[in-house]
Amino acid sequence: MERLKLVLQYFQSNSESISNGICIILALVSVKLYTSFDFNCPCLPQYNKLYSLGVMIVPPIILFFLGVLVNRHTGVMMDEWMRPIGNRSKNPAVVKYLFSAMLQRALLAPMVWILVSLLDGKIFVCAFSVSVEPAVFSGMPNNTGLDVIKIMAKVPCKEDDVFRNSSFPKAVSRYVRCYSQAVGWSILLFLIVLGAMGRLIKPCFEDHGAIMQTRYWSNYLDVEQKLFDETCVLHARDFARKCVVQFFEDMREDTVIRLPHPTFITNSREEWEDEEERLHGISKQEQMDQLLNKWYYSKPELNVTRTAYRPRTCVTWEDRDGKTLFSDV
Amino acid sequence: MDKLRMMFQFLQSNQESFMNGICGIMALASAQMYSSFEFNCPCMPEYNYSYGIGMLIIPPIWFFMLGFVLNNNVSVLAEEWKRPTGQRGKDPTILRYMFCSITQRSLIAPAVWVSVTLMDGKSFLCAFSINLDLNRFGNYSLLRGMSEAEKLRMLARIPCKDLFENQEIRAAALRYIKCISQVCGWMFLLMLTLTAFMIRAMRPCFTQAAFLKTKYWSHYIDIERKMFDETCKEHAKSFAKVCIQQYFEGISGEMRSFHKRHSSTREDDDDEEDKTKSDEEKLLGIRAQDDMNKVLWNWHTCKPALTLRKDQIDGENNGRLNGGVNGAANGFVKGHTHEVEKKEWAVYYSKV
Repeated sequence: MERLKLVLQYFQSNSESISNGICIILALVSVKLYTSFDFNCPCLPQYNKLYSLGVMIVPPIILFFLGVLVNRHTGVMMDEWMRPIGNRSKNPAVVKYLFSAMLQRALLAPMVWILVSLLDGKIFVCAFSVSVEPAVFSGMPNNTGLDVIKIMAKVPCKEDDVFRNSSFPKAVSRYVRCYSQAVGWSILLFLIVLGAMGRLIKPCFEDHGAIMQTRYWSNYLDVEQKLFDETCVLHARDFARKCVVQFFEDMREDTVIRLPHPTFITNSREEWEDEEERLHGISKQEQMDQLLNKWYYSKPELNVTRTAYRPRTCVTWEDRDGKTLFSDV
Repeated sequence: MDKLRMMFQFLQSNQESFMNGICGIMALASAQMYSSFEFNCPCMPEYNYSYGIGMLIIPPIWFFMLGFVLNNNVSVLAEEWKRPTGQRGKDPTILRYMFCSITQRSLIAPAVWVSVTLMDGKSFLCAFSINLDLNRFGNYSLLRGMSEAEKLRMLARIPCKDLFENQEIRAAALRYIKCISQVCGWMFLLMLTLTAFMIRAMRPCFTQAAFLKTKYWSHYIDIERKMFDETCKEHAKSFAKVCIQQYFEGISGEMRSFHKRHSSTREDDDDEEDKTKSDEEKLLGIRAQDDMNKVLWNWHTCKPALTLRKDQIDGENNGRLNGGVNGAANGFVKGHTHEVEKKEWAVYYSKV
């Protein structure tokens, strides 16, 4: 329990680490989606390229928008950008920082999809098998009566009858896959170099103090929004309790003056008093039925000023001679 | 305070994360149901389309309605919608907000089913195999010389592996239709994501202040309902306790006090004495077998009325407080308890 508490506190304290965690989960989802997706090349010259490039591009777009949606900072950034100025001036640097952080995190899952698909090679084979020069490879079937383009388009579908007992499709696939993996690794290398250069060179050009300020205030905005939501929830709870108690007490038949204990008689609270207090003056079946009926047909208005600011009853005890024995005043 | 905060966050997020958890479970159930469901295309021209499209559309509708059934907020929404106005005005934006949030959560499992079905391709194959143009896949003399009806019947058999002889054509047709089906699936997902993005990310541009208000009050309605149930439960418990004690009293005929308090001189209570005293008090005046039997018998044959008596308690209190104190009892000052002349001043201060 203690460990769980520590872990939760760590995550709570640092909203950035929550975003990082979600980002990584989305990247893993992207990989899982790719492996479970049944890639089905149509093996027709008109549709191969369209299908392959579609599968390479549309899922990353979907993953990008998903990444923007699940990121908490999107809401914070939009709020800060769109709010009227009011009493608090706006700092465009904070909005820019939040935007770039959100963008970087949202771009991870799409990049993972693109890289995995390139390293796997199926998509490239489907898209570019028609562009390969068949003369380079031996074993191309030439007795089927189909023209070259159609045969090359069928290469991704190795099990097709056209290629019975031929190693032609495997050779072409291997060749195109090789290209695909080369492109994949190059992109990966480029991205890593870009990231490293950015990390190394950026501090030379930017004011570290201003960066720290921006980071602090963007984290502050996030925490402030969370606290506001929490406070609203707590408040709603208190409001509801007071409203309900007030409703119960309004249904009392008798007017009862409840006086506090004269302190010199006893200091302890009585069990009986607790019970009475919880009854809120409702002690008959008809009263209760009426109360439950009224709760549906005529809900009380949303105003707990009477209960929240109830006047405190102060009592003064005097004996027969007028001498004050005890006073709350 | 920290612990309270943590617990509180867990509770509050618990309600939302509980609903999100139900959402996620339903989405997984939807995917699992699809994979364990044995898709069985009838392979007949009259029924293929209905079966294929039916499999695509009817289970999502069922999941959508199941989402509504499993969501607790539906009854809150219905109650808020149907209640008479009474002393509290009704805000239609709150109803809209609650309805939107319930609908959004219920749409996830159907969306999962539709996208998994489209990605798999079987239902499109079943529905659209009769619309295929086999010449697209090559020069096949299969269809030459057949009447229209026979052609349709043959095309309808494509989804069934064991009924269609030419595996080459079948494989080509399967690939083609599956490709179209997957494209439709990805487009569907793209549309869904863009719509969700438009709604959630663009919302702060338009109605943020009003949105905060509706969010607070719809959450308030939910909490108020829970508080009312809690208060009713507490009340029922106290009601029952007092009712039963009064019943025992009534049967035993003794004026038993269930106060632990005694005369004012006993300032230093001995704990042990207290314990034995309270044990005796717990007997509530029933000390003999006959009395107990009477209590148990009457509890079944003649339950007490649901009305709690208050005068007994006041009489006791007045009897006790007869020292130098003119005053009311701790609790109730009522018109009909009048042995002692009371003289009291009550001064009221209000927080103005």
